[in-house]
Amino acid sequence: MATAPLYTIPGAQAVPAPAAAANVAPAPAAITPAPVTVGEVLAQSQVEAVMDELDRDLIGLAPVKARIRDIAALLVIAKLREQLGLASAKPSLHMCFSGNPGTGKTTVALRMAQILHRLRYVRKGHVVSVTRDDLVGQYIGHTAPKTKEVLKKAMGGVLFIDEAYYLYRPENERDYGQEAIEILLQVMENQRDDLVVILAGYKDRMDTFFQSNPGMSSRIAHHLDFPDYSGNELLQIADRLLTDSHYRFGPGAREAFDEYLQRRLTQPHFANARSVRNALDRMRLRQASRLFADRDRPLTADDLSTLAESDIRASRVFATTATTTAA
Amino acid sequence: MMTNPTGRITQGMFSFLPELTDEEIALQIEYGLGKGYAWSIEYTDDPHPRNTYWEMFGMPMFDLSDAAGVMMELASCRATFPNHYIRLMAFDSTRNIESITMSFIVNRPANEPGFGLARQEVQGRTMRTTVHSYATDKPEGERYGA
Repeated sequence: MATAPLYTIPGAQAVPAPAAAANVAPAPAAITPAPVTVGEVLAQSQVEAVMDELDRDLIGLAPVKARIRDIAALLVIAKLREQLGLASAKPSLHMCFSGNPGTGKTTVALRMAQILHRLRYVRKGHVVSVTRDDLVGQYIGHTAPKTKEVLKKAMGGVLFIDEAYYLYRPENERDYGQEAIEILLQVMENQRDDLVVILAGYKDRMDTFFQSNPGMSSRIAHHLDFPDYSGNELLQIADRLLTDSHYRFGPGAREAFDEYLQRRLTQPHFANARSVRNALDRMRLRQASRLFADRDRPLTADDLSTLAESDIRASRVFATTATTTAA
Repeated sequence: MMTNPTGRITQGMFSFLPELTDEEIALQIEYGLGKGYAWSIEYTDDPHPRNTYWEMFGMPMFDLSDAAGVMMELASCRATFPNHYIRLMAFDSTRNIESITMSFIVNRPANEPGFGLARQEVQGRTMRTTVHSYATDKPEGERYGA
């Protein structure tokens, strides 16, 4: 190990300088000429395609998109600096996504992995999505191997910990969650080059989680808050969901759905985009049984893909008794 | 007769080459992962050629996508057994193969005493010979001055 090797491995980068051997450069970088402008980096990494897709596919979430753009810009500039030999430590990109249910935390995490991969911040760009059960063991000595196994799988990509606040259970002092947190912290600190950890959870509970784990909070550079969607944005999301599954609103149905959303928003347990999706699923059920009832009618493609106003008005939300819970 | 000309045992792949650096090991792991192999780490302090099954260090690592995970495990194995032989093995789970397809030593003791030829006289003038590792004269754990 002390002497430089006298041979080369096929497919390996030529690493004659021992100083350069410390970080294995991504393979295609050596073939293409070194970019000097931001535009060239963007063109080479195709990150703009992902960003545009993000803008197009995700409705609302303006602060989140702005932060993602900032991160992408930082990585592009870091790449240019690297080419000019301005060495700087790789920026820490562990993130925390907090927001109410259904605000798109998981979806954005998947996109984030793509962006980071295009910018070559992570080598593989896969997402390993875990919850407390995957990290915390059930008996003494079970947690560490379990957590390490998950971390090993996530190396080179993004580790997405959903409902991260469950890791810490203050009411039980013998809880093994703390052990998992310590291992996570250690890897987050020492192997920043190898993986990005994204924690996600509801805002208030994440806040208490970070208060009781200040080490975790300080190691996470980016805290992104996912705002709730406005009524108009929810309607756009509904449009998008319907188009994707080849459905559309019939005459008057879109207005009815808008009214549905207004009413639903005032009720408890509203889960933003997820509630919209569930409502649409129920409306598809009603449409199916409406068409099913009429046995002898020949059905056109138009009939099969249109959600009528009556399908929406049949929802329990429109029932006058305000005591009913979410339909 | 010189039984240990290079002063190092030669088992598995790359064992006639100089020591692989960590970057080179990572490239080999990367190659194996690209082929869909599952890597595992084994260690021993008895390098006899017929000692086929070494001790496992942790579980075989399935479903990995990057060499960093294996390298992390290797680092902890090296920290635990700095003076043992450590090897990396790649398991190919393809049906009808289902066996180790790559295996190479990534850590070895500083001083490897090698092997001697042990002779045993049996019936008449028959002589039986066998290979004997000098290291195994000492009890387990003390063989390489750990």
